[in-house]
Amino acid sequence: MQPLTNRSKVVVNKKMSLYEKIYLPAILSGMMITMSHFFRKKPTIQYPEQKREFSGTYRGQHVLKRDENGAERCTACGLCAVACPAEAITMVAAERKKGEEKLYREEKYAATYEINMLRCIFCGDCEDACPKEAIFLTDRTVKPENNRGSFFYAKDILVEGTEKEKRIDVTRRQTAAVLEFKKHKEFDHNR
Amino acid sequence: MALQTYIIYKLILVLVVFAFTMLIAMYSTYAERKVAGFLQDRLGPNRAGWFGILQPVADAVKLFMKEETIPSVSNKTLFIIGPALSLLTACMTGVVIPWGTTITLFGENFPLQIADVNIGILYLFGVVSIGVYGIMIGGWASNNKYSLLGAVRASSQMISYEVAMGLSIIALIMTTGTLSVGQIAAQQHGWHWNVLVQPLGCLIFIICAFAETNRAPFDLPECEQELVGGYHTEYSSMKMGFYLFAEYINMFISATVISTFYFGGYNMPFIGRFVHDANLLTLCGVVFLFAKIFFGIFFFMWVRWTLPRFRYDQLMNLGWKALIPLSILNIVLTGAWMMRHEIMAYLNF
Repeated sequence: MQPLTNRSKVVVNKKMSLYEKIYLPAILSGMMITMSHFFRKKPTIQYPEQKREFSGTYRGQHVLKRDENGAERCTACGLCAVACPAEAITMVAAERKKGEEKLYREEKYAATYEINMLRCIFCGDCEDACPKEAIFLTDRTVKPENNRGSFFYAKDILVEGTEKEKRIDVTRRQTAAVLEFKKHKEFDHNR
Repeated sequence: MALQTYIIYKLILVLVVFAFTMLIAMYSTYAERKVAGFLQDRLGPNRAGWFGILQPVADAVKLFMKEETIPSVSNKTLFIIGPALSLLTACMTGVVIPWGTTITLFGENFPLQIADVNIGILYLFGVVSIGVYGIMIGGWASNNKYSLLGAVRASSQMISYEVAMGLSIIALIMTTGTLSVGQIAAQQHGWHWNVLVQPLGCLIFIICAFAETNRAPFDLPECEQELVGGYHTEYSSMKMGFYLFAEYINMFISATVISTFYFGGYNMPFIGRFVHDANLLTLCGVVFLFAKIFFGIFFFMWVRWTLPRFRYDQLMNLGWKALIPLSILNIVLTGAWMMRHEIMAYLNF
């Protein structure tokens, strides 16, 4: 069989020589190995102070995007809820009234939109399903809470702010390649 | 020396030795975790205080706050006596250790040794042997099969290794010609360290010291995989703390005894050339002794985090079939070397 590494050793039942039987040389060499580890640089990341950078495609807490004018992109079509394998998303749709054009981009919007963060498995299928580029997973992590109720994230948490500094950047996930891929309806993902 | 001065000086010495023993045992727990971390490419505790320096305090607070449980089926008196005896015997051994030569203050000489008993080595062995009772009683009183197995292992292990340890010490006594720990330390002035005279005896003694303190690779009495926690499975709160503390004090005392018996104790070669004040020389001696002790403790930890645990039959084989014959051989060789002129004369050379 092809060995995976060059470190494998064939076990033989040979008698140990006196040098091996004394054990002490082997123990000393073992102790030298541990000592070399003593002075090695530690890979520890001191978490609250130091944070490891997330990968560009990290799937964390969701965001409901607004368009460039600050209107919510979500039209409450429900495709994300259908796509969700954990059935974590619920929403109630409502019709846009006159004078609300600044708030909602399309004629229909989500009056309530909730994600149960305890059910969510952060697969990103909602993001794939969304035809309006409204929902994205971001590199933010879901905060720990003391009670289950706090994990029902409603629109007050999910929707990004209108101000420029409160906008959530999703360019790392919404790349040109992703947009190109989403155009092809023949892929199973985009149906 | 007046009686009052004598009593006060001895009391102060006892308190200082006790406080230092406790402090070192306390920080040994911290050092153990830190050394373990570093040897395994981790950092160890570093949150409580600067570099985690307050970790032992936090541990002590935790242990004191924990609920104290005594199993209803246990023998309550013995259950309490067990850890107390363990800690007591661990603290008693520091009495005969010479921590330095003498300090001269106000025209009086104060030797830095609590009691220079002329049979100090016997005293040490006696007290260390009682230490096994703490484990044995605790394990028995818990009324738990894991505890009992741990206690049985501990006692049989300590009895087997005490033989080899005693035999290796006999060779040392033959060369030094005294049972007084103070004199053994004083004899090793300059380069006359006993390890150079008795290398084999020193090796056997160190190995046995590992077994006596129940440290890895001989920590079978408390091996988690087979015996949950060994003899202290049923213990909680500060009683558990007492057992752990006793183990670290034993380690400290073992390191002290090894450095006093074999590595010159408070002696350091060439220091007399640089330091001429007698008191300063004594203090330097104390510092050297503690440097040796700390290295000894580090060595204990280093070995613990390098070697895997022995199997029980391997442990017994090593003790009875390797170490005891070797130590007897050591005695014979030492005797032959001491009697070499007589032997030569007898053989008409």
